[in-house]
Amino acid sequence: MVCVVLNVWRGRPRPRNLTTTQPPVPTDSARVCRVVVNEGKNLNTSTTMTTAKPAFDETQSCWSCGAPRPIHFCEACGKVQPPASVDYFTFFRLPRKLNLDVPALEKDFYDLSRKLHPDLNARAGGKDTGGKEQEKENEQEWSLQQSSQLNDAYRTLKDPIKRTQYLLQLEGVELEEQSKTATEQARSTGQLKKQIVPPDLLEEVFELNMQLEELRMHKKMGEDDPALIDEIGRQKLELEEKQEALLQELKTRWKMWDGMIQREHNGQPVSEEERRQERDKMVDILNRRNYIRNLVRDVSEVLEN
Amino acid sequence: MKQFEPKVLQLHNYEITKLLNYTMATDRIVGIDLGTTNSLVAFMQGESPVVIPGEDGLNLVPSVVALDEKNQPVVGNAARKYLTETPERAVYSIKRLMGRGVDDVQEELKYFPFRLAKDLQAGEVLRITLGDKTFTPPEISALILRQLKRNAERFFAAPVTKAVITVPAYFNDAQRQATKDAGRIAGLEVLRLVNEPTAASLAYGLDKKQNGIVAVYDLGGGTFDISILKLHDGIFEVIATNGDTHLGGDDIDNLLITIALDDTLGDLGLDLRRNPEAVQAIRKAVIEAKIALSSQPSVKLDVELPGGKHYLREITREQFEQLIQPVIDRTIGPCKQALKDAGLKPEQIEEVVLVGGSTRIPKVRALVKELFHREPHTDLNPDEVVALGAAVQANILGGGSEATENMLLLDVTPLSLGIEVAGGVTDKVILRNSTIPASATQFYTTQIDGQANVAIHVLQGERELAKDCRSLARFDLKGIPPMAAGMARIEVKFLIDANGILNVSAREQRSGKESEIQVQPSYGLTDEQVEGMILDSFDSAEEDFRQRQIIEARNETATILAALDKGKKSPAWGHLTTDEKKKIAKMEKALAAVNNEDDYQAIRKAIEALNQGSTRLAELMMDTAVSTALKGKTMEEADMGEGPTAPHPMAKAEFE
Repeated sequence: MVCVVLNVWRGRPRPRNLTTTQPPVPTDSARVCRVVVNEGKNLNTSTTMTTAKPAFDETQSCWSCGAPRPIHFCEACGKVQPPASVDYFTFFRLPRKLNLDVPALEKDFYDLSRKLHPDLNARAGGKDTGGKEQEKENEQEWSLQQSSQLNDAYRTLKDPIKRTQYLLQLEGVELEEQSKTATEQARSTGQLKKQIVPPDLLEEVFELNMQLEELRMHKKMGEDDPALIDEIGRQKLELEEKQEALLQELKTRWKMWDGMIQREHNGQPVSEEERRQERDKMVDILNRRNYIRNLVRDVSEVLEN
Repeated sequence: MKQFEPKVLQLHNYEITKLLNYTMATDRIVGIDLGTTNSLVAFMQGESPVVIPGEDGLNLVPSVVALDEKNQPVVGNAARKYLTETPERAVYSIKRLMGRGVDDVQEELKYFPFRLAKDLQAGEVLRITLGDKTFTPPEISALILRQLKRNAERFFAAPVTKAVITVPAYFNDAQRQATKDAGRIAGLEVLRLVNEPTAASLAYGLDKKQNGIVAVYDLGGGTFDISILKLHDGIFEVIATNGDTHLGGDDIDNLLITIALDDTLGDLGLDLRRNPEAVQAIRKAVIEAKIALSSQPSVKLDVELPGGKHYLREITREQFEQLIQPVIDRTIGPCKQALKDAGLKPEQIEEVVLVGGSTRIPKVRALVKELFHREPHTDLNPDEVVALGAAVQANILGGGSEATENMLLLDVTPLSLGIEVAGGVTDKVILRNSTIPASATQFYTTQIDGQANVAIHVLQGERELAKDCRSLARFDLKGIPPMAAGMARIEVKFLIDANGILNVSAREQRSGKESEIQVQPSYGLTDEQVEGMILDSFDSAEEDFRQRQIIEARNETATILAALDKGKKSPAWGHLTTDEKKKIAKMEKALAAVNNEDDYQAIRKAIEALNQGSTRLAELMMDTAVSTALKGKTMEEADMGEGPTAPHPMAKAEFE
């Protein structure tokens, strides 16, 4: 028989990126947009995530008052700055560490929202610039850009899984696309996706898929099988426990990673090999966890329908 | 004399100048609740939001538009009579059609008397026939907005050009865009679209000023929203939202109408389904019955039908509740999903705020209690709280005041944004419940050598397949210079702004040649079409304005004559000299003489004269307690308790 969940396919690879590597273009309305062309710019041809995030240039100054330019907002004159092309950690002025004080991050998020949100800059520029229209427009546009950058960064960093994935992407790792979308896409294009069923789960997963298939059949026939549903529900709970255990395992890897970054920060050399090993361990945990998460989702779907 | 309403009293006294100065400074940004059944306009008066009443003194403007005998559009209460008299010249619940295509509305057409234009082309924006004219849904909504704009202008005695308009949280991009277009057509700059439940939370939070997790359950005339928010020191952070843009009191009405039509066919042998007048008469009666059943155990329906027969039926609350159960049960799924998305259990919700007229139904309240394990908060007026919240947001956008300086709304996008990829699958790039503004960047390339165009299909929705999601727009990246397949690198940035509307920008990174994106919105008006509609309304604006001035002057005549009648019966009348009485009588006669002529200036002059001539009478009429407060006020202003509540008896509305 065919086990749907075991059919793991590989989608057509396509360039994919989650972060902007160039300063954002002024946004026109959705109705008509023009492509802004960068002349003669050399781009990284690899389709993996770009690691080369330009570090924030601390030598810049505020466009309005000339004070040393902060990333988002000038404390000296209260002006929103043009968006800087920085990664999410830099945006919050955080080191690339994974153990993160989430309540403190939330506080920073709220504080920055109060400075950057377009609602509060709706009348920006009009206060003491003598209402220069262009400046006002610029500031509103920057406020929109900065605010979306802030929201995107907060959404990514506050979530332990997304944060880890993001950091790994910054490190140049291409994560296995284990999403349902990728699976569907692979199915439709007929390309085989790299199978990454964790070996220790193989037998269990096979069993579960048989049961799911059986339950689907029962449902199709309009029959009820409480014993089977109970059994599947029990397995679902076990999977959820495994998922949680993997998150804890991931958190222990965070400590190793953060320690390594700290050593590097203190001027001790970290070998590329060590870095790669730490990355790979986290990638492995994430892949296993994603696999289980998708299983749980499929089981829930069958149980709920 | 009549007791003033506190609100009115405030406006009539010293506040006026202050108020006008204040609103002048903030460009008079109003908050508008453009509802399925009723619409309202509100503004921030000092530290609290208030609703601006219409000419008839009522806060709610029914969202009904009709063409009168002279083919002029009529809005609100004045338009309601046309629903039963000339239903082919009237329309209600137009919000259901906003931003939708002809395929989306087939279900609606079974229950709503929308007369689509016969020459409607596939892919065209819907057009509704009223009499022998056709209007798009944004144009009809614009007529409602224009009425609210006029009410506000009358109230401020000055033009109003900026507004915050509320939309259901679960509105998609096309529905939002259509609402924004309606604002533009009405001559309003829409500074922000705010989600209705979020607006309600602003009004609630302004009042309560406490931190915690709050759910807003908003069941209105045509839409249902559930939003879960975290209130934290003035920040209103939406954590999750869900809903159904086609679920509300309308659906309950339609159930009752269907039953009544079956009854009349079965019991009386009358098939009224193709008789719009009779259907509207039944609709009116069942709505009244529905409202009555919120406070009574049973209600008797009695509708006179064509041919003189009567449709009689008693409905008990129990029957009613059984009947509507399937409708209100449809709110359960979205509530559970929102809780799940927020990662919260019902016990963690500290307060559930009820919004929308349909939450007056006891059975709905019981359902909410069951869902969230607590008694809902019912202190707010469910009809007005959204408009009041919109006024709060308008105030924040206008620079804030003492009451709102710490307030900031962080809303979310209700639906995921996706791109169609190979195999007709949706690839989600911005997930639902992401705080807005939110952005995502995608890179595109070519699939064959020398390919010059890349098509991008943008979708909104949660389903896996593109065909099951809402199509927002198709983008064509054009003029890509010839190169080998996969070499082009086009960066497309999707940004959902604070209105929940999508903006797209793009750049080709490898070539030095300029290329262009063309956007074909799947549903909606083009910029040129909207421009054209604005001009149309400008053309008739002058005539509209002249007629309106006359009507308003006549209303004022009625008010002042009524007040004068009252004055003549009061003891104060006896204190006037014979000469004074004669003068007043003469001026009264003069006013009556010009009142029915189409000369606005003449009516105004006569009113002014009578107003001045009766000042002493007005003063005498006031008892000592209020006379201090109202010193120097004229007759008309002194007796404004029941009349229109404009600060100035004849506020001149100005139009650009």
